[in-house]
Amino acid sequence: MQPKPAQRYYWKKNIRLTLVLLAAWFVVTFVAGYFAAELNQFSFFGFPVGFYAFAQGALIAYLLIVAIYVRYMNRLDRDWAHESIPGEARTRFPATRDN
Amino acid sequence: MDLRTLTYIVVGASFALYLGIAFWARAGSTSEFYVAGGGIHPVANGMATGADWMSAASFISMAGLIAYNGYGASLFLMGWTGGYVLLAMLLAPYLRKFGKFTVPEFIGDRYYSNTARVVAVVCLILASITYVIGQMKGVGVAFSRFLEVDYDTGLYIGMAMVFFYATLGGMKGITYTQIAQYVILIFAYTIPAMFISMNLTGNPLPQLGLGSTMADGSGMTLLAKLNLVVTELGFKEYTTSTIAGRFDMAVYTMSLMIGTAGLPHVIVRFFTVTKVADARSSAGWALVFIAILYTTAPAVGAMARLNLHATIQTGEVGSPEGNLAYENRPQWFKNWEKTGLLQFEDKNGDGRIQYYNDKNPEMVAKAESYGWKGNEMVKVDRDIIVLANPEIAKLPNWVIALVAAGGLAAALSTAAGLLLAISSAISHDLMKGIFMPNISDKFELNAGRVAMAVAIMCAGYLGLNPPGFAAGTVAIAFGLAGASIFPALMMGIFFKRMNKEGVIAGMIAGIAVTMLYVFQHKGIFFVKGTEFLGDLGPNWFLGIQPNAFGTIGAIVNFTVAMIVMKMTPECPPHIQDLVESIRTPRGAGAATGH
Repeated sequence: MQPKPAQRYYWKKNIRLTLVLLAAWFVVTFVAGYFAAELNQFSFFGFPVGFYAFAQGALIAYLLIVAIYVRYMNRLDRDWAHESIPGEARTRFPATRDN
Repeated sequence: MDLRTLTYIVVGASFALYLGIAFWARAGSTSEFYVAGGGIHPVANGMATGADWMSAASFISMAGLIAYNGYGASLFLMGWTGGYVLLAMLLAPYLRKFGKFTVPEFIGDRYYSNTARVVAVVCLILASITYVIGQMKGVGVAFSRFLEVDYDTGLYIGMAMVFFYATLGGMKGITYTQIAQYVILIFAYTIPAMFISMNLTGNPLPQLGLGSTMADGSGMTLLAKLNLVVTELGFKEYTTSTIAGRFDMAVYTMSLMIGTAGLPHVIVRFFTVTKVADARSSAGWALVFIAILYTTAPAVGAMARLNLHATIQTGEVGSPEGNLAYENRPQWFKNWEKTGLLQFEDKNGDGRIQYYNDKNPEMVAKAESYGWKGNEMVKVDRDIIVLANPEIAKLPNWVIALVAAGGLAAALSTAAGLLLAISSAISHDLMKGIFMPNISDKFELNAGRVAMAVAIMCAGYLGLNPPGFAAGTVAIAFGLAGASIFPALMMGIFFKRMNKEGVIAGMIAGIAVTMLYVFQHKGIFFVKGTEFLGDLGPNWFLGIQPNAFGTIGAIVNFTVAMIVMKMTPECPPHIQDLVESIRTPRGAGAATGH
C-alpha cells in the first residue's frame, strides 16, 4: 500500500522541520563547542561567550528547539485531524483528490 | 537537635513517603507494571524522567567535575542534555505511537524477527548492567556517607528500599516515587546554591550570579576573578581549560548524546504517557526539569572553587602572611578531614596551607622563591563540593539533612529505573515474548516481580564486589547503548526498507566494535594486563578515547546495516505499512495492554 498524498505531505513537513532543528542542534553543540576558544573573545552578560554556551546557552537552545518542535507538530497534528473529518474546511494539507 | 538525629528524621520521612506511595500505587496488571498503565501526565512524566536520569553522579559529582575541569566539563553537561533533543524529535513520539511495553519489543515487531529481539535484549542488558553497577556503588556510597553506616550496610538498605517499591509497584510505583524524589533532590540542590550565590554576588539566582559582578567591591565579574585566582596559583584558566582535544571532545559529546537517546530506561519512560503529542512535550518537560539542576551545577562548581581558594589564599600570593594558618581552618575543613576526603600536609613546616598547581613548571619556580615546597592540600575529593556546600555557606543543619535526602533520592531513583528496564526485558521479551508465549497476564506480572528481585540481587552483588573498572564505566554504558540500540531504533522509523538482516548485523557490529576498542585499551572485560594496546593517547584511533567510541560504533552500525540490507531480501510490505502507521498521527489512543 502506497502512503496517501496527505500522509506523504505530513511526513515531508515533519522531516523538513526535524532536519532544520537538528541542524540548529548541531551548530549549538558542535560548531560552538569546536570554536569555543574563538567565541570566548566576546562577552555576553559578563560571560565569555564560549564558556556561556556550555554553562547555560546550549541548554536553553535545546529547550527552545524542543519547544518549537512540540508547538509545530501539535499544529500539524491538529490540521491532520481536521483533514480526516469530511466536510471540515480545508487546511494546509493538499486536497485529497488523488485518493 | 544535633545533625545526626536531624538527618535521620529527614531521610526517614522521605523513605516513609516513598514506601507510602509504593503501597498506594501498587501494580495490578502487566500494563501498570511495565508502563504505569500508560496514563501519566506529560509534566509528571517529565519530572519522573528527570529523577530517573539524574543519578547520584549528577547530584554529587557533577559540580565537582566542573569545579576542577572548568570549561572542559562542558562535554558532560551538553552530552547528557543534548540527547533529549534527539529523543524528542527522533524516537519518543514514534515509539509511543507504536504503543508497546519495551524497547526490544519494538525492535522484534518492526524487524519481524525474534532474533533481532534477542540481540536487542542482549545489547540492552549489557548497557544497563554496566550502568547499574555504577549506580549501586553510588547508592552504597551515598547511604554510608549520609547515614554514617558502612558501605555494605548502606547498600543493603538501598537494595531493600528499591526492592520494596519497585517489585510492588513496577513502573507505576517507580514513576510516582520518582516524582517525589525529583522534588526532594531539586530543593536540596538549589537551596544551598542560592545562598552561596547571594553571598558572593548579591544575586540569589545562581544562574545569573555566575555572570554577575562580585559583591566584595572589587568590581570584577565572578568569572574574571576566578580566572585570575586560579592562574595566579598556576592552574589552567577556568573558562577555557579543556580535558581533551577538540575532535575527541566532539566525538565524546556525540557518544553521550546518542547514548542518552538509546538508554532503554529513559526511552521506556515515554511509553507511559497517554498519547503521541504527550510523548513529545514530555521530553521537553524532562529537559526543563533536568536543566534546572544542570544550569545550577556550573554556578555551584565555579563558586565552590572560588570559595575554596579564597579560604586558603587569604592574602597576596607569595607573601608570608598570605595563606591560611592550619590552626585557623574553618570547621568544615575539620569535618571533612575526619572522613579522609580532605587531607593536608605541611610540607614546608610554616604552619600554613599552600594550595597551588605543583605540576606546572613555571609555578614551581615561583613557589620555590616563596619558600613553598609543594601543594599541601594533598587530597581533595571532588564530591565534597556539593556535600560541603551548606556548611561553607553556614546554612542551618536542616539544609544539610535535606542534601542527604536529596543525594539518596537521586541514587535510588536511577537504580530503580534501570532495574525495571532489565527485569522487563527478561519477563516480557524473553519469557512472554519468545520462550513462554502462553503465560497469563497474572503469571507474567509475578514473573516480572521475580525478575526484578533477581536483578536487584545481581546488581547488589556487583555493588558489593565491584569489578575493578566500576568507576570509569558509566561513560562506556552510553557508548554501548549509542552504538547498538539508538541506530536500530532510528533506522526502524526513518528507513522504511531496512530489513531484519541489516539491523541484526548492524547491532552486532556496532556493539562488537565498541567493546573491542574498549577491551583493547582497557583489558578484556577490564582485566588489567590483557589489553593488547596500552590506554594511551598515541594508540587511540584518530585520538578518540575508549569512553567516546560509541559514536564510531554507531557509524559502523549504520554502515554495516546499509550494506547488508542491499544484499538481502527486501523488507516485506506489511512491515513497510507498519512503519507508515507509526509515522502518521491517527489512532494514537491510550496504551491498554495488548
